[in-house]
Amino acid sequence: MNLSLLIILPTLTAISVLFCKGLKQVRTVSLIGASAQFLSSVGLLMVYWKERAAGNGSQFLFETNISWFAPLNIHYHVGVDGISVAMILLTAFVVIAGVLVSWTQETLNKEFFFLLLLLSVGAYGYFLSLDLFTLFFFLEVAVIPKYLLIGIWGSGKKEYSAMKLALMLMAGSALVFVGLMGLYFNTHVNGVHSFDMVEISKLHIDPEIQNLFFPFAFVGFGIFTALFPFHTWVPDGHSSAPTAASMFLAGISMKLGGYGCLRVATYLMPDAAHYYAPVIILLATIAIIYGAFATMMQKDLKYINAYSSVSHCGFVLLGIGMLTQTSINGAVLQMVSHGLMTALFFAAIGMIYSRTHTRMVQHLGGLLKVMPFISTIFVIAGLCSLGLPGFSGFVAEVTVFVGSWQNPDQWYRLATILACASIVVTAVYILRAAGRSVMGPITDSHFNGLADASWSEKLAAGILITGIVAIGVAPFWIYQLIGPGTEFIVQHFGKFVTLK
Amino acid sequence: MSHMNPYVYIAFIPLLPLFVFLLLGLFGRRYFKTSSGTTGTISLLVTAALSIYAAYQYFFVSGKTDGVYQKIIAMKYTWLQFSPNVSIDMGIILDPISVMMIVVVSFVSLMVHIFSLGYMKGEERFATYFAFLSLFTFSMLGLVLSSNIFQIYIFWELVGVSSYLLIGFYFEKPSAVAASKKAFIVTRFADLGFLVGILILAFYSGTLDFGVLISRLTSLQSPEFLAITSASFMGASMLTWGLVLVFIGGAGKSAMFPLHVWLPDAMEGPTPVSALIHAATMVVAGVFLVARLFPVFCFDPSALQVVTYTGVFSALIAAVIACTQTDIKRILAFSTMSQIGFMMFALGVSQYGGEQGLGYMASMFHLFTHAFFKSLLFLCAGAVIHLVHSNNMKDMGGLRKIMPVTHISFLIACLAISGIPPFSGFFSKEDILLAAYHSNKLVYAIAVFTSALTAFYMFRLYYAIFWSKGVPSSAAPHGEAAMSMKIPLVILAVCSLLGGFVPIASWVTSDGLPLHTGIDMAFSALPVLLALGGITLATYLYKSENDRPEKIASSLGSFYKLVYHKFYIDEVYLFITKKIIFNCIGAPAAWIDKHIVDGFMNLLASVTEKISYLIKGMQSGKLQNYALYFFCGIVGLAVLFIYITHN
Repeated sequence: MNLSLLIILPTLTAISVLFCKGLKQVRTVSLIGASAQFLSSVGLLMVYWKERAAGNGSQFLFETNISWFAPLNIHYHVGVDGISVAMILLTAFVVIAGVLVSWTQETLNKEFFFLLLLLSVGAYGYFLSLDLFTLFFFLEVAVIPKYLLIGIWGSGKKEYSAMKLALMLMAGSALVFVGLMGLYFNTHVNGVHSFDMVEISKLHIDPEIQNLFFPFAFVGFGIFTALFPFHTWVPDGHSSAPTAASMFLAGISMKLGGYGCLRVATYLMPDAAHYYAPVIILLATIAIIYGAFATMMQKDLKYINAYSSVSHCGFVLLGIGMLTQTSINGAVLQMVSHGLMTALFFAAIGMIYSRTHTRMVQHLGGLLKVMPFISTIFVIAGLCSLGLPGFSGFVAEVTVFVGSWQNPDQWYRLATILACASIVVTAVYILRAAGRSVMGPITDSHFNGLADASWSEKLAAGILITGIVAIGVAPFWIYQLIGPGTEFIVQHFGKFVTLK
Repeated sequence: MSHMNPYVYIAFIPLLPLFVFLLLGLFGRRYFKTSSGTTGTISLLVTAALSIYAAYQYFFVSGKTDGVYQKIIAMKYTWLQFSPNVSIDMGIILDPISVMMIVVVSFVSLMVHIFSLGYMKGEERFATYFAFLSLFTFSMLGLVLSSNIFQIYIFWELVGVSSYLLIGFYFEKPSAVAASKKAFIVTRFADLGFLVGILILAFYSGTLDFGVLISRLTSLQSPEFLAITSASFMGASMLTWGLVLVFIGGAGKSAMFPLHVWLPDAMEGPTPVSALIHAATMVVAGVFLVARLFPVFCFDPSALQVVTYTGVFSALIAAVIACTQTDIKRILAFSTMSQIGFMMFALGVSQYGGEQGLGYMASMFHLFTHAFFKSLLFLCAGAVIHLVHSNNMKDMGGLRKIMPVTHISFLIACLAISGIPPFSGFFSKEDILLAAYHSNKLVYAIAVFTSALTAFYMFRLYYAIFWSKGVPSSAAPHGEAAMSMKIPLVILAVCSLLGGFVPIASWVTSDGLPLHTGIDMAFSALPVLLALGGITLATYLYKSENDRPEKIASSLGSFYKLVYHKFYIDEVYLFITKKIIFNCIGAPAAWIDKHIVDGFMNLLASVTEKISYLIKGMQSGKLQNYALYFFCGIVGLAVLFIYITHN
């Protein structure tokens, strides 16, 4: 399979949207494009399995490697392993759901859909890239549209939020860039520096150099995935963003960071990852607990979900920091699970907001009576968030817990117990939010005449719930998908670092 | 799986309710608006029939090898492979306790389904109600059949959420929403203990499979056993920690002190739900969990002590509280807590195998009989509430005249729970008391006292509902309930009457060998006489309206008040959660995030802005420019860095 298709498809869709006239054309073209992406992502999963079943054991499949800028040895090098296939599937799910919930986007619809699709170009390119420079390029493609999406179509203090998000993510990008440069200048393949991940992973970079550059790369990517204390763009950014942008932001963008932490920082600098593991675990544990407690005090539904994302993304970093294969599997699962779940959550919140014109918990109430469908998906998203078995969140969290517990260090055990304790706090804030907003008596007589979900909203929710349940009920398939990928990472680890 | 497996049909026992849940949950509101009740009931009828057949097959045909009941793994599929040796499997284990439990669960669920046909008639969300009931039945059956400790945890959470959904079924009532939330959060807190306990046990035993885990942790020479007993933390071995943490999970679900606070509030749910979930099945999950891990518990006396004292203390305190309450469902809730306490300490005083294993058998026996008489009590209470539209016993009285079937059924259940021969509760309670007597005299004394108290408060309730005053004017004129509500009462009354003659002792024992028990008249005399004394006292005080109860209450003064307010345990929790957790942890976390962490970021941004303004004398204030400078600055630094490190 030619992976470039996954970059070309959204690019073509984005360009053709620019030539459309009127909302109807724009959204039809976007939906066709998103469906094509969706189908090709599922197709990718199929051919990936077929190839693996046929016994192809190489780390990356379907590689394409073209020299892009020879003087600096930059290549357009793409390829996938199970982890990237999982992330691509996640992207496809969120993109199609995002297009569907924006179905009635009136203002500047052409530009809106163009930017959404551009963002997906960045995400696909990023997950496919095996060349660090190309990867960085696509990361930037995914950052810029967010600023505009929030600044133009957002709500509340949108200029402030957009600025904050863009600045912090830019800072993250800059740190990442330093980290990548560090790798580049310290690798010599056949006498030239290399951006190629596959090449770099074969070398053993001097541990001191690793220790120097690892923090840049890890913190840089970490900012994207709400690493404490650089998470403050998350609540403001998410809550000011329009619904689809929130979904993309939490569902896809935050995962760019987690993926980078794993694939670039940890994989390419194993000694440093081991050296800094206690710090990562400390920050992740703080994010999990502190994020959960901060969530408990929020009154705006979007803030609740945004802060809970800080807590949930802490599991991704915890899983990476624990450096066992199971915990890293858990981290990847948590990325996929959180992406789907939080997109669903934001979709439900957006649907509620567009009807009631409020997101404040204390102003809502009794919605289950007037809009049972929307309320039900809200509750489902909540139950997934609190880690109910049957939904993906449970599978991801227990994998992180079991994987973390395999690390026998006493302090790591304590961190694991604290992370486990967050499931109680999560239950508190989710049930409070659900109890106040969708249950109870109807608080506002205006709610009585409100319409339930439209077909596009139902379809969007259905797609996301399908993903969540497919992982939650039958996790073995996704386990088999990502397992070989993480195994390479852990084996690579074993080559250079002796773990206790 | 080989095609020889004769137990494949058992998979349908939990899967059928799951299918009904999906069917009614997805399409119920549209296509099964009125037929959802019958759909659910018929499917449950099939489930119950299959369960009874399975019990027949297991106990009489193929369960035994050399006279010992075996643990049979009917099927097992890997669900989540954490590492080569550690995986969550979805399996079905058949052993005496699981087989007994599927019969109890599906039978009581069937009764509740039938009762609900009448009780929930006319309810707008009729289909949703039956969908949730099916979800619960699926989860509970999955729980008892689990062959893997993480599988049981999964179903454990699922029964928790079904309970949450059903307690909060009347979601427009704020009290119901609050109760459902409380139930979920308290049990979630307990489940945290369970989860960490699993992590500990799984880490040392290197497996999550019950069979392997039990065999490794019960063989004194195995490296796993040596590792878990030699490792210790804060003076207790890791085995103790693991088991006690798992037990905390069980105590939460089974409403043991001090995690019982959710159970009385859970009575906000529809009454048939209380009968099924909060009396007969889900609340005994904790007892079942200890029984499931019982062989391991036997190797750790200190963990068993914790089980014993938690159980006996809960039994006593709940019985004392029950004497003062006036909400009939809450009285039954405390009585449930008390009876589960009996089952719990029966396990605690037991040992493994032979005569020493009497407590184990007695606990399971009591679980079995209790399921019948307690669900019967709740269903009778449901019929009463249906008639008088109140939960408060002050609004009742004299109802024996207009609801004879309910009256007689309720009386049978009261005699059973009081331990009067030959009703079912007598036999199981005698075995428990006997086991306690042989092991721990203090526990025995408290248990006998509690059992007398049980007779007293149950008959207080009985007289308040059916005797005392004349028929209240609020009672609906149509008299006793519909046929669909009477049939389950009669069936359960028969079970409560005859359940004690079921030879559980020869089927459900700790080691799979039949246990020979007989009733020792001399031993039984004391508890039975005390129970009769309790009944007599209740008759004296409550049979007809008089001022004697008032006088006693006022003579007890502040102690009565303390008991009436349930020892203010709820208030203590409220203080801890609201005052300490919310105000001292949550609020500061949110404040710090907004003002310090974010404040620092904003400061950084404004400093950057100022500096860039100074350096460049910029006029635009556009983000793109700032971003560019920011970016260039850091890249510049990077280049500097690289040169430094290079040279």
